[in-house]
Amino acid sequence: MKFDTPAGHNPIDRMAVVGHPHDRIEGPLKTTGAAAYAAEHHHEVENSAYGYIIGSAIAKGHIASLDLSAARSAPGVLAIVTAQEAGKLGKSKHNTVKLLGGPQIDHYHQAIAVVVAETFEQARAAANLVLVEYTCETGSYDLAEALKSAPYVDSDGKQGKGAPSVCRFGDFEAAFDAAPVKLDAIYTTPDQSHMMMEPFATIALWRGDELMVWTATQMIDWGRTDLAKTLNIPQQKVRLISPYVGGGFGGKLFLRADAVMAALGARAVKRPVKIAMPRPLIPNNSTHRPATIQRIRIGANRDGAITAMAHESGSGDQPDGEPELAVNQSKLLYAGANRLTSMRLAVLDLPEGNAMRAPGEAPGMMALEIAIDEMAEKLGMDPILFRVKNDTPVDPHEPQRRFSQRNLVRCLEEGAERFDWRKRNPQPGQTRDGRWLIGLGMAAAFRNSMLISSGARVRLKPDGLIIVETDMTDIGTGSYTIIAQTAVEMMGVPLTQVQVKLADSNFPVSSGSGGQFGAASSTSGVYAACVKLRESVAQRLGFNVYDTTFADGMVTSGNRSAALIDAARAGELSEEDAIEPGDLEETYQISTFGSHFVEVGVDAYTGVVRVRRMLAVCDAGRILNPKSARSQVIGAMTMGVGGALMEDLVVDKRRGFFVNHDLAGYEVPVHLDIPHQEVVFLDGADDKANPMKAKGIGELGICGVGAAVANAVYNATGVRVRDYPITLDKHLDGLPALI
Amino acid sequence: MREFAYERVASLQDAAAKAASTPGAKFIAGGTNLVDLMKLEIETPTHLIDLNRLGLDKIEETDDGGLRIGAMVSNTDLAADLRVRKDYGALSRALLAGASGQLRNKASTGGNLLQRTRCPYFYDTNQPCNKRVPKSGCAAIGGYSRQLAIIGSSDSCIATHPSDMAVALRVLDAVVETVNSQGRTRAIPIADFHRLPGDTPDNETALEPGELITAVTLPRPIGGVHHYEKVRDRASYAFAVVSVAAVIQRDGTGRVALGGVAHKPWRIESAEALLPNGASAVVAQLLAGAKPARDNAFKLLLVERTLAAVIAQARAHEV
Amino acid sequence: MVSHVPVQFEVNGEVRELFLDARVTLLDVLREHLHLTGSKKGCDHGQCGACTVLVDGMRINSCLSLAVMHEGDKITTIEGLGAPDHLHPIQAAFVKHDAYQCGYCTPGQICSAVAMLDEIKRGAPSYVSEDLTADPTMTKLAMRERMSGNICRCGAYSNIVDAIAEIAGESE
Ligand SMILES: Cc1cc2nc3c(=O)[nH]c(=O)nc-3n(C[C@H](O)[C@H](O)[C@H](O)COP(=O)(O)OP(=O)(O)OC[C@H]3O[C@@H](n4cnc5c(N)ncnc54)[C@H](O)[C@@H]3O)c2cc1C
Ligand code: SF4
Ligand code: FES
Ligand code: FES
Repeated sequence: MKFDTPAGHNPIDRMAVVGHPHDRIEGPLKTTGAAAYAAEHHHEVENSAYGYIIGSAIAKGHIASLDLSAARSAPGVLAIVTAQEAGKLGKSKHNTVKLLGGPQIDHYHQAIAVVVAETFEQARAAANLVLVEYTCETGSYDLAEALKSAPYVDSDGKQGKGAPSVCRFGDFEAAFDAAPVKLDAIYTTPDQSHMMMEPFATIALWRGDELMVWTATQMIDWGRTDLAKTLNIPQQKVRLISPYVGGGFGGKLFLRADAVMAALGARAVKRPVKIAMPRPLIPNNSTHRPATIQRIRIGANRDGAITAMAHESGSGDQPDGEPELAVNQSKLLYAGANRLTSMRLAVLDLPEGNAMRAPGEAPGMMALEIAIDEMAEKLGMDPILFRVKNDTPVDPHEPQRRFSQRNLVRCLEEGAERFDWRKRNPQPGQTRDGRWLIGLGMAAAFRNSMLISSGARVRLKPDGLIIVETDMTDIGTGSYTIIAQTAVEMMGVPLTQVQVKLADSNFPVSSGSGGQFGAASSTSGVYAACVKLRESVAQRLGFNVYDTTFADGMVTSGNRSAALIDAARAGELSEEDAIEPGDLEETYQISTFGSHFVEVGVDAYTGVVRVRRMLAVCDAGRILNPKSARSQVIGAMTMGVGGALMEDLVVDKRRGFFVNHDLAGYEVPVHLDIPHQEVVFLDGADDKANPMKAKGIGELGICGVGAAVANAVYNATGVRVRDYPITLDKHLDGLPALI
Repeated sequence: MREFAYERVASLQDAAAKAASTPGAKFIAGGTNLVDLMKLEIETPTHLIDLNRLGLDKIEETDDGGLRIGAMVSNTDLAADLRVRKDYGALSRALLAGASGQLRNKASTGGNLLQRTRCPYFYDTNQPCNKRVPKSGCAAIGGYSRQLAIIGSSDSCIATHPSDMAVALRVLDAVVETVNSQGRTRAIPIADFHRLPGDTPDNETALEPGELITAVTLPRPIGGVHHYEKVRDRASYAFAVVSVAAVIQRDGTGRVALGGVAHKPWRIESAEALLPNGASAVVAQLLAGAKPARDNAFKLLLVERTLAAVIAQARAHEV
Repeated sequence: MVSHVPVQFEVNGEVRELFLDARVTLLDVLREHLHLTGSKKGCDHGQCGACTVLVDGMRINSCLSLAVMHEGDKITTIEGLGAPDHLHPIQAAFVKHDAYQCGYCTPGQICSAVAMLDEIKRGAPSYVSEDLTADPTMTKLAMRERMSGNICRCGAYSNIVDAIAEIAGESE
């Protein structure tokens, strides 16, 4: 189904089931430990051997010698696979760096070998007996230093291809010079780690030349294609299954070393092999959100109208990598006739940078929304009024392009009302509660929404059961439930009569989970397949499909009516279709909006920051399931608090690695960091987005939170910190003197 | 993790004797630090002697009105003991500030004292570390040292001791009781129990090989208001950036020890005389000669402000 | 070297006799030997709480505990608390409050919550207790502190606390 005109009235609009806060259908499995994650498929695979991955001990150079003898003769060891044993491997375009290093080493903890043994304990012990000598080379690990000579790039990381590297509109420099009120500031965001709770994990099993893998992934089809490509085998020979995924946040978008090494190990030992990557290996072995250094300049008239806006960002990555797209939202969020955005990309020898929840916007909004707060203060304006003043109904770079829907102002105003914003003292450092300095802050939220082609098969069984099959994943996002709700709405059956099967490469290829496109795209694919199934049901029953309704297990057309199950009496009906995006995304700018409000307390003595209240108001089209959607938003807000206050993969610039590479060293929020969180959804349906009229929500929730926290901290202390995370040491010496 | 033989023994004496006669032997208590380090092969014992079920899990009153805490009393039970809560609040609070509910259920009094540093380079066996591999160098010096020491460190090692409990024990003048392989017992004042790194950062305590901690004793209660202020980036389940244990008396006098600043709980008794003069006077003496790195110089100010908070609270308590 | 050791303990009411490599942790024995994969491995180093199980009713990180040290113990895992068709009240409350997303930390959160409520009932203080000598209260703040050893990267905290509070009858 091509989606090239705005959705008209359709069966989803009934919203008998879609739009309701259904409990997750897989909830009883998850809460009892019965849901099987990648490394847990004992029922399907017996006799797994255990693989243990060895990571490089250096950041750059090559392996001078590798002595496997002691490890090979250790108890239980079945095989050791290194680059030499593996032979020439392919590399997919999704991986910037090869997943099995050696002899050349591209980054710290790059996999260089897997030890396979009878037991986990044996594999781990033997891995420590592998003796590796390296020849080190000097590498580039200091972003600020490397950016000094880094080229401007477009969003693909190429110089001068695709979109212009420096994107201009009007005459920024002249307008900025002339502006009566201006801001010019540098903001930095650190490298961050996804730290999803389930480590990368895979069980690989060869049957002849066919490979089966149960692996933790967000994208089944990429996983299958890229694993085949890496192993130089035909894609049809690979089957990938991933029914439950313990979080991904972008970290599991791409094929990773666990899957490759498990497949290689299993081939070597002719037995299934299971690998879960040790936590301390994950941050340096896999991808991370790259650090940025961003410069923002804003010029405005005294009435608060922005006349000039420039956002420039620099980030680093491995050779042939891509920049962090931190400037994108700045092209769209606020009005202003003269604009400039640009990105620089430095080559670094740190591990590969890549997507993490809301790549681009998450760090971009962390910077932009502090800058807007600073600008409002310079103008003596309330930060909400300043944002309202610069709202734009059109794409500022292409004024003929309207937003399909844009309720930013409503989000801001509704949030202000609910959060009691008027209680905020605009004068920072003035509000006290005992030893706590109290501050309120807010930020806008913004993230684009995409429709990605997504397929599904829907089957009506003779017993009336509806089975939905798609390779879509559920990484905590609620896919199982919203897909079931979609099928229920379309086919008019109760929820108990729908079975959703996900994340198997034998099923039609879906959007997968990423870029907050998953929910809307995958349900649209299911919608498309259901439309086809409705047609064949109508046909079987001899009804005219155009006036047929499906409700309560009945199919009705005019004054004729039949039980749905009757259509399958003669045998199962099965239909497959996919949603295909048209060019509506070119005609319209399709985005999601929101506002974040935060109250913090800053300990007047120690500078410790604790969040006390949080609210998000979201404008993201139709909300398919307010319960699971709310969870996406509170989860994103939580990660946003982490980014604002503690998350920081610290680079050792001498040795070229992330030092705090485990879950004790890399702090993410715990229960006590997070207060009750309030989420409000503006109701709305965006007919330009897709037939479900829904948009993404899972990433909108993180875009802007960090800045809202930062602005609240500033309001509490009067010390402006532009360098994330805002740890106590960064404002301690500016806190009020002690009496 | 290397292979090891696992053994339960019948008595304390057996445990100590076994440890002394078996090269590579180690005691295991809760295992929350040892198993962690064994997985990384930072600890590689060939023989583990299980100290559970040897009756070391009791808290008893001593003749002089103090408490004798068995080495195997869990951090949870110690923190919850009514006598500790009432008379040694700093200890209870320090314990409750440490680790997590789950870990405290397993963590023992003896094991907590002997837990090793959380220096990130110590934890990464690819990096040079004098504490892990003597004479291999110290990757932390000149590297990421935000969590590391500002005082008492050496050219060999700038690690901190991570225990919260030990800081409270230091302020309470606890004594560590031990038994060695010959059955000889010792009482080691907590001040002398942990060492500064010097040239041998691998040698962390006053214990001899095979020597077993049997108990920690607390002298009779000293009254006063008990504090344990732990400063950390995330609100819980995190090691201290710095911490202050203090007992402040009505007249403003008292005792102070610091965590997160040195290779051992940091206390200079002579500085305490300045407590009535306020935090900055005390800290000037307490941290005189500090040699912070760029990453952790803020701890000087942080200690002062944290102590100021403690003093202010103690005063408020008096009102 | 005698590195294998016989051990016997009870898991979810069933007696298990095993002969184990002494290096096997309680978590790995549950997951890899007994195929009780409800207990999760998030970090294997005591840093996340996903492996939380109950030993004689007390919560511990099973990843840092050697299985051979559990001779005679009664171990309860998530599978022992309830099953999909007869959920434990806390499991049901998690479903109702959407107190999870990916579900990977969930068994640990639930086991931890069961023991945590018991700890409050038994009068154990917490870091946020204002008065150490008073009986602890079932406030949300106290629950947040006590549950902090269970990390949820999906960030379901606000809902998790709502779910537990509903069962506990919080006194805020
Ligand atoms: C993620 C994480 C966070 C933590 N956070 C904190 C924190 O914030 N604050 C804090 O203070 N601690 C923290 N800890 C550390 C925790 O407190 C210690 O791991 C624990 O106290 C160690 O006690 P144990 O009984 O488990 O010791 P074990 O691991 O059993 O033993 C530790 C060492 O002590 C030796 N030993 C044990 N008992 C004796 C004895 N009686 N005689 C002689 N030797 C003995 C062992 O041989 C071993 O070398 C944390 C730990 C983890 C994993
Ligand atoms: S500071 Fe001490 S523990 Fe850390 S690397 Fe240096 S020697 Fe090792
Ligand atoms: S797996 Fe045990 S605490 Fe993370
Ligand atoms: S639900 Fe995913 S980590 Fe908690």
